Amino acid sequence: MQNAVNPAVPATLQSPRHGRPPSRAVHWLLIASAILLSMLFIGVPMLVIFTYAFRGGVAVYLSQITQPATLHAIWLTVLTALVVVPINMLFGICVAWLVTRFRFPGRQLLITFVEIPFSVSPIVAGVTYLFLYGSQGLLGPLLDSYDIKIMFTVPAIFLVSLFVTSPFVARELIPLMQAQGSEDEEAAITLGATGLQTFFYVTLPNIRWALLYGAVLCNARVMGEFGAVSVVSGAIRGQTNTLPLQIELLFNDYNVTGAFAASSTLALIAVVTLVLKAILERKQGG
Amino acid sequence: MSLFSKSSRRGILPGFGLTLGVTLLYFVIIVALPLLAMLYKSVNLGWADFWTIVSSERALATYRITVGAAALATAFNALFGVLLAWVLVRYQFPGRRVLDAVVDLPFALPTAVAGLALVTVFSTNGWFGQYLEPLGVKVAYAPLGIALAMMFTSIPFVIRTVQPVLEDVATDVEEAARSLGASNWQIFSRIIWPAIFPAFIAGCSLSFARSLGEFGAIVFISGNLPFETEVMSLLVFIRLDEYDYPAAAALATVMLVTAFAMLFITNSIQAWQLRYAERS
Repeated sequence: MQNAVNPAVPATLQSPRHGRPPSRAVHWLLIASAILLSMLFIGVPMLVIFTYAFRGGVAVYLSQITQPATLHAIWLTVLTALVVVPINMLFGICVAWLVTRFRFPGRQLLITFVEIPFSVSPIVAGVTYLFLYGSQGLLGPLLDSYDIKIMFTVPAIFLVSLFVTSPFVARELIPLMQAQGSEDEEAAITLGATGLQTFFYVTLPNIRWALLYGAVLCNARVMGEFGAVSVVSGAIRGQTNTLPLQIELLFNDYNVTGAFAASSTLALIAVVTLVLKAILERKQGG
Repeated sequence: MSLFSKSSRRGILPGFGLTLGVTLLYFVIIVALPLLAMLYKSVNLGWADFWTIVSSERALATYRITVGAAALATAFNALFGVLLAWVLVRYQFPGRRVLDAVVDLPFALPTAVAGLALVTVFSTNGWFGQYLEPLGVKVAYAPLGIALAMMFTSIPFVIRTVQPVLEDVATDVEEAARSLGASNWQIFSRIIWPAIFPAFIAGCSLSFARSLGEFGAIVFISGNLPFETEVMSLLVFIRLDEYDYPAAAALATVMLVTAFAMLFITNSIQAWQLRYAERS
């Protein structure tokens, strides 16, 4: 590896006057403490999820997972991801195309604005939706007069998830498309390709791994979002409870095994996300 | 229209109008409108009412607890982050790739799952709690638990900002310093540390900002006692639960303004870091 630590100076050439490279002992001490701390603070919490989920054996685990309320929560979580991730992929592509293929006044400001949801606390995100669509909110009276209810329904979960995860895909695509430049696309257009042909045959193959990577990160966040969803969903059992909310509900009901069983599905998704991330990063790099 | 008709300056690629339209429409509907609706609600309160809510004793206590715990969590992550970035960049050892992947787990793991796992590990009968509590260290349902939850959810920030910069630090400068007789400590403090410092500060501010807004992991472990273990995000949630919407709007506005201030600070630091990188 190019970033190996020891200078290429053979030890025999190093006179006592010269500084010595850090000893092997220091290396291994630092490596050991990094691994130990990571195990303590990241590994053990991960281990405890699966240990507690399977504490009563596989049969108990399966019976907990297949409780109607938990099954419904899993379904709603998957549904939310299926709705939100494609929409935010399209949005991400649009933003990235706009800010990397054109120069216009306010471009830098737009990039900053697009990233705003990353800095907003999930709770605040939920509260903002309450004050837009809730009966106390800005559009509340209007929606009431048409008898449309958004707050505490499934569409509210979709909307707030769109808010929270809107920058994920754009953030992966912008640096990549910036670095790639637009010569390939300009060549395609000059040769007579339409805009759509250019996008599907030139741009998309170049950005597919970054796009997928952004989608994977977006998906993990959608499925795991807790604070924002807990404000807007109303957490109605068997109706608007997503998996993270179901975990809290089971925990508050003192059903620890049930809570851990439900958690294990999300923890598994997190592990799969990291594996996919590692694979996609390598594809993108190579 | 005249503003957008200078097409020669934008080149020959199509889609400017379409992508600009979609981006602005989506941003306004999904992000801007909700934020403005909340700010409008807050402004409608009037300054006197707003001030009474945000400067109440209970609100002040949440600011103190939130900022204190976030500072503690960030301090830990600063040290842990530099250690991990250093080890991942500079050393080859079995399991390095796995460690590199595991470091991102706190971002991939839902906060509710993290909170559940942490409270279980650190509760009185938990794997760690059973040894810590006899020593008088109470983590679950105590302020330390809040800091722990914040720490866990923001572990990757410092690592991921410092790591790429550390990879770029030219080893030939270090070798030159070493051959001139510099000690390891001198090399670190005079060459490496100045190079990674802007990225380090940027990572710390991201970590701190994230900690200020954290909710999911904290509700499980904090115990949620007013004046003792109640954070800002939790008080907002409680006010909503009590249908005290004006108070929720005012407190959420404080959080939003704080988040924007942190965003501004972080962006300024990153701009500084960029200039710094270009100069060297």
